[in-house]
Amino acid sequence: MDISPHMLDVAIERETEGGLLLSDVGEGCPFRPGTFDGVISISALQWLCNADKKYHNPAKRLYKFFATLYASMSRGARAVFQFYPENSSQVELITAQSMRAGFSGGLVVDFPNSTKAKKIFLCLFSGGTSQQLPKGVGTENRQKQIQYSDSRRTERNKQTKQRKPLKKSKEWIVDKKERRKRQGREVRPDSKYTGRKRKTKF
Amino acid sequence: MKLITHNMLTSNIIKGVTKGFPLKIVAPTDKVQIVEVDFNPEFTSRMMHKLDYDALYTAAETLGHSEGLPKEVVPDFETNEEFLKKVHHVLMQIEVQEGELVCPETGRAFPIHNGIPNMLLKEDEV
Repeated sequence: MDISPHMLDVAIERETEGGLLLSDVGEGCPFRPGTFDGVISISALQWLCNADKKYHNPAKRLYKFFATLYASMSRGARAVFQFYPENSSQVELITAQSMRAGFSGGLVVDFPNSTKAKKIFLCLFSGGTSQQLPKGVGTENRQKQIQYSDSRRTERNKQTKQRKPLKKSKEWIVDKKERRKRQGREVRPDSKYTGRKRKTKF
Repeated sequence: MKLITHNMLTSNIIKGVTKGFPLKIVAPTDKVQIVEVDFNPEFTSRMMHKLDYDALYTAAETLGHSEGLPKEVVPDFETNEEFLKKVHHVLMQIEVQEGELVCPETGRAFPIHNGIPNMLLKEDEV
């Protein structure tokens, strides 16, 4: 269903499957009761919030749309609307009218923290068993708190990792000999006695 | 407009109309086309549960394409392929390109242009 003949012409050009209807959804959904099991709408609902003619009343039009849609859906059928609300009062208006018309359900938001990827879906259920709202995508990495790690880094922990070779250890002696060799000084040759552990009385 | 769409359309959005179904099709014979659509028995069988069969028969008869279609639903329609094929032909292969859909309660005519019915209402009909 579309109010624009030009958009419908594009649909014909692209040879879309399904029947096309030139109509204004704000005037109602002209179908037999219980016809549809599923309803999808992309980027259309927000236009019902505008009053394009002098006699238009957005709340009334939204209600007329949802009420007639509810009637034309079978029991347990689902409707999903991906739309672009300008502000939160538009979201409230739309949700309120849909609930007034008898639908249950709610809003699902994908990627709520990204301005680019954020998508808002109104998921409506007409009767049937009480259904679970699908979970929004893009919320797995978010926690309610700021991330922190559990272990405390103590001074000793830090030192064992980054410690310079302890003074007078074999490692230190070998390093010092390398350093002096590089400096060009005369250094005793390395042997099995270099940095050897002495008896404690030394 | 295919007859499957016509079978679901009503004029109940007009103020004062209770049922508004079925809409009468008025179309010149040369503006009714037959197109080839792949037969899907499962789809046709499932759609049978949603259709108003009498309205379908009347519509096909009005357009002069009801030969072979039984007036009443065959009891074993879910497995009767011959019957499903006939229903498929009437449902999906007949297309009305130009004409009118007339409301049975108010007589209001909705024009069909390029195969698309125009259901836009005037200010006083809402």
